[in-house]
Amino acid sequence: MEKMSGARSLMVALEKEGVDIAFGLPGGANLPIYDELYKSNIRHILARHEQSAAHMADGFGRVSRRPGVCFATSGPGATNIVTGIATAQADSAPMVAITGQVPLKMIGRDAFQESDIIGISNPIVKYAFQPHSATEIPEVVKKAFYISSTGRPGPVLIDIPKDVQQNEAEIPFPSEVKIRGYHPWVDPDITQIERAIDMLLSAERPIILAGGGVIISGAFAEIQSIAELLLIPVVTTFKGKGSFPENHPLSLGPIGMHGHAEANKMMTEADCVLAAGSRFSDRSVGTFEEFEKRLKIIHMDVDPAEIGKNQTTTVAIVGDVKASLRIMVKMLVQKAIKRHEDYPWVTRMKETKDYYRENLKLHDHPLAAAKVLRKLREVLPHQSIVTTEVGQHQMWASLFFDVIHPGTFFSSTGLGTMGWGFPAAIGAKAAKPGVPVVDIAGEGSFNMTENSLAVSVLDNLPVIVFIMNNFSLGMVAQWQRTFYDRRMMAIDLKNCPDYVKIAQAYGAQGIRAQSLDEIGNAVKTALKSDVATVIDIPIDPQEDVLPFVAPGTPLTDMILPS
Amino acid sequence: MILMWSIISVLVENKPGILFKVTNLFRSRNFNIDSISVGITENPEFSRMTITTLGDEKQVAQIIKQLDKMIDTIEVKRLDEKMSVYRELVLMKIKVSKPSDSMEIMNIAKAFECEVHDVRKTSIMVELTATPDRINAFEDLVRGYGIIDIARTGICALARGGADES
Repeated sequence: MEKMSGARSLMVALEKEGVDIAFGLPGGANLPIYDELYKSNIRHILARHEQSAAHMADGFGRVSRRPGVCFATSGPGATNIVTGIATAQADSAPMVAITGQVPLKMIGRDAFQESDIIGISNPIVKYAFQPHSATEIPEVVKKAFYISSTGRPGPVLIDIPKDVQQNEAEIPFPSEVKIRGYHPWVDPDITQIERAIDMLLSAERPIILAGGGVIISGAFAEIQSIAELLLIPVVTTFKGKGSFPENHPLSLGPIGMHGHAEANKMMTEADCVLAAGSRFSDRSVGTFEEFEKRLKIIHMDVDPAEIGKNQTTTVAIVGDVKASLRIMVKMLVQKAIKRHEDYPWVTRMKETKDYYRENLKLHDHPLAAAKVLRKLREVLPHQSIVTTEVGQHQMWASLFFDVIHPGTFFSSTGLGTMGWGFPAAIGAKAAKPGVPVVDIAGEGSFNMTENSLAVSVLDNLPVIVFIMNNFSLGMVAQWQRTFYDRRMMAIDLKNCPDYVKIAQAYGAQGIRAQSLDEIGNAVKTALKSDVATVIDIPIDPQEDVLPFVAPGTPLTDMILPS
Repeated sequence: MILMWSIISVLVENKPGILFKVTNLFRSRNFNIDSISVGITENPEFSRMTITTLGDEKQVAQIIKQLDKMIDTIEVKRLDEKMSVYRELVLMKIKVSKPSDSMEIMNIAKAFECEVHDVRKTSIMVELTATPDRINAFEDLVRGYGIIDIARTGICALARGGADES
């Protein structure tokens, strides 16, 4: 065995895991790691804030479906990535975060830049390691990648004390690791799948609820086969948006607080739901009680702890969603089970869809959200990747931006982290450089991580930031208008800063687009650009996101545009 | 929603920080731990935790799944009261105010098969290993004399041989 430092063994171990890019910021306690990065082939993207580094790794991980890697130093560097880790955990995104720590002997002495990141991060990581000897590092790295990427993916933290990075030793590199308390693979139970098929066939009004698990496992073809064979309408959760082509005749779009009216309506009329990779979040179902009272629930999930957590299920299928759906498709094909066009539920779906698409009044403004986002859809190639920030624009994107190519839409859906979309878009671009990447943004959210423009420009990761600028914290404003008797408090951003100038200051392209034509042209210009482009679109600050199901109320109680 | 006591037996990796992770899991899911006892097992790589918690059926089922999901847990079992042996140890320092107290307390202690550890003019310390109910009954009987201090270990339990464990 060759003698090497802990930091060197970290690089070798990362390279063995196929890591060729990492996002991060150096500092006192991870300098030995950065010294080895200097010598390694791993491309390092220098973020301007550790939170953004974590979001970049997150975006990279979601798109490439392998763990994104980020580095931060100890103390404030480590605490700065906490939001990024929590975001990845809430959305089951694969990530390996590597922090420096003060030397072993200094731990617990309140040393300079010491923070107990293992303790702080405990509830928001899938697992955390703190190797106490250089010889443990390769094994820890192997375990971290294994845990992060298998089963229900999630963030894993490796916190390495500085002396452990520096110490030299003969370091073993295990070719495989075993973790006795971790069993990510469960074979789906065939009899449960048979029961599920029987239930779907005997139901009069079956519906498919496709969640984020369909995207994570890449079960796009399987979901589509089942929907088409059994003629079952498909709704999605917000995280599952784009797991099924939204221009498909059986597609109804996302359900939930800001779900499509036709999706919420059909969901409330259904008698049996096949929920694939969904955790029944409160934002999706409205009230838990109302949902399970009415519906027979078939729940497929890779995480057994999700079964029965929020909903009582009739049939539970634990296992990888793609594997489970594939077995289901195979059974349907073998038994030649198909449903014929004439069943009334499909007619009902078409009527409902037509009714809402014709009669839902859209906001009356030349740059109403629906018009702006449909314009973007019109000019943006279907395989483009779209991320969003968090707020009104995000929910408008859910309502008015149809995802045609499955698995191209990503958002901070669980934690709802403002500032996520832009760095995540940069991470996505790093994962798929050949594809246009757009961050559908609000100015309030973009403002939080806009300094990543430096990264986008300098590291040649040109993305498009599509700002729907209503000069306010729009979603908060909407709640104040709706629930707080129009007492508008702390929402006015007063048209500051000027985002065109901000873009230019970073060496990016800034375009203000004030009509639908200008929006179309700006996006076309951006698609051809070698640098990041910020498109600033002034929209109406008074526009609300509708439909709107108030928190804690059932999906039947939609507030519709009047 | 019917609340009930549950005894959960958890076999975990014997590594630093696991107790923190288990208790933090209960806290973050808004669950209360009534008692917890931890000790190493016949295999020094593992520790066994015995946790008692109050919750309804659904909550307990959920916390067991969350415990099972933890990478550091090897085995999680919910113990059936009838099909397991469970005991708690208590040390109790009881006040002796007048000479006759001493005799009376000793008699009660004898009836409960306590061990008497420390006898002074002003106090007696006894040890009792029993089911929590029996400990409570003992405590009720001696409360009148004045209890100076109590230390209880929390429940420690194992499924009986051949018991249908779940």
